[in-house]
Amino acid sequence: MEQGNGKKLVIGVIGADVHAVGIRILEYAFREAGFDVTNLGVMVSQEEFIGAALETAADAIVISSLYGHGELDCRGMRDKMDEAGLDGLLLYVGGNIVVGKQDFVDVEKRFHEMGFDRVFPPGTPPEETIYYLKKDLGVD
Amino acid sequence: MHYALLIDFGSTFTKVTAVDLISEEIVGTASAFTTVDSDIGTGLNVALDRLRRVTGDIAFEFKSACSSAAGGLRMMVSGLVPELTAEAARLAALGAGARITRLFTHELTRRDLIAIEADPPDIFLMTGGTDGGNRACMEKNAEKLRSLSVQFPIILAGNRQAIDACEDALADFPVTVCPNVMPSFGVLNIEPVQREIRDLFLKHIVNARGLSKTKKILSDILMPTPSAILSAMKLLADGTEKETGIGELMGIDVGGATTDVYTIARGEPVDMNVICKGLDEPYAKRTVEGDIGMRYSVAGIVSEVGQSWISERSGLTADDCATYISELSDDKSKVPLTHDDALARFDHALASGAVEIATRRHAGVLEEAFTTSGLIYVQTGKDLRSVRQIIFTGGSFIHAQSPLDIARHALYTERYPMSLRPKQATVLRDDRYILSAMGVLAEREKDIALRIIKRELVPLGDISLGDDS
Repeated sequence: MEQGNGKKLVIGVIGADVHAVGIRILEYAFREAGFDVTNLGVMVSQEEFIGAALETAADAIVISSLYGHGELDCRGMRDKMDEAGLDGLLLYVGGNIVVGKQDFVDVEKRFHEMGFDRVFPPGTPPEETIYYLKKDLGVD
Repeated sequence: MHYALLIDFGSTFTKVTAVDLISEEIVGTASAFTTVDSDIGTGLNVALDRLRRVTGDIAFEFKSACSSAAGGLRMMVSGLVPELTAEAARLAALGAGARITRLFTHELTRRDLIAIEADPPDIFLMTGGTDGGNRACMEKNAEKLRSLSVQFPIILAGNRQAIDACEDALADFPVTVCPNVMPSFGVLNIEPVQREIRDLFLKHIVNARGLSKTKKILSDILMPTPSAILSAMKLLADGTEKETGIGELMGIDVGGATTDVYTIARGEPVDMNVICKGLDEPYAKRTVEGDIGMRYSVAGIVSEVGQSWISERSGLTADDCATYISELSDDKSKVPLTHDDALARFDHALASGAVEIATRRHAGVLEEAFTTSGLIYVQTGKDLRSVRQIIFTGGSFIHAQSPLDIARHALYTERYPMSLRPKQATVLRDDRYILSAMGVLAEREKDIALRIIKRELVPLGDISLGDDS
């Protein structure tokens, strides 16, 4: 495990999504990479992400969604964060975040418009997310 | 000298209980009006004279007291997020027997500071942030409190990284530091704070409240009354090494101004398809409903259940109900003269409403969520459906004619299937108001206190789901 880098992440699976395994793998991978991780588990609401990010003074929120309703679940997240005083906080989303097979370029564009800083397609290895987290948070 | 004297300085009555420590019996109880404005010892002496008429002259091995006189232990608490550290702070203070006069979330405002200055608390509990998390909330609040012209003990129990700066800012206040009430997300750690609250109560509050005048006749004033009741309930549920307890339970005290609900229960989910959300729940939990009570808070009950509900359950017309509601707001000392007079029926409906609302607010709730893996339930709070005992204390219940009908309102019902209240229960009643006294006695004599509680509580019968509409 890399030495702690002092950066704090809040992660979880948003909405009525009960995919419990992937988020554990992400938690493990992020910890190994030196992050301080608060894993909220499955079926996490926007408010829970925000409450946890406030209390833990998180440096980023990483949202996972695997059941296709991610777009609905994530709508308004950035606005709520702004309201809660978390404006500018790094916000990622990844997984099977939309229904069916859609062109990822369009999907990414839509999520960018919703205020997400980075959007990851299905099958993204944790290393890639870690690479961008470190880059965006100025680690190393 | 094998007697113990236990005193409960209440807001209205000072109650005294004499216990024979050898035969393990209550040899007498008495009460008198609390005289907190002059010398609290005056009322106590009247109560003791009355007790002596029952017990004769006996010498006491020790005299211990609890107190909720002069407004009880008045606390203000602050935290960051309402459902997280602020809630943890609230649970800590309530469980320690305090009355929360103000709860602040996020950063204190100028108006908040004016409110604090206008009516300073006995203790201020400041929390915010997980360990290593948000520091700004506590540090800024400490900086703001520093400017106040009043002082009071402050407990710092938030992000440990913020403690140094807070201590520096609050150098003029009596400050104590405790472990964080929520050290990491969702984890509740309130016992250390509760111990500290009790120490401060002994050191500062007792003196401030004119209770110290009684010191020469008392061995000690141990705790706020609600804390004594919670401790008696916990003893009754858990037992001691020598004496078994009766298992998980719920306790209800419908008072004139507030309604307290206690549960000694783990409340974990029982089914596989349940996911828990929110902060951990304390095993021994106390909630206080400040808007639900039989005299000072009638309006709160009526606005919650509706006037037609009261009218239906009391058998009184809507007009009669309205008359009582306004009469009781003018004259809080009105009591029914007989069991079947109209006020008694009105009180019956009020108490039922109080129990209904207070237990619903205390118990956990389920929410349905349809997921790709089928129906999942999300549980917030405690699942109390398997709790099998309900203890009632407090006058409104003790004097009620059909207590079981009132008690039924604490149960799970099909009307509120998501409210996780007990499905069936044996109802026990604290007929002689001994619970607070036994909570105090338990500080020295756990086994004796437990055996007395078990003997004194009167089983009224069993109630179960479906008994009532």
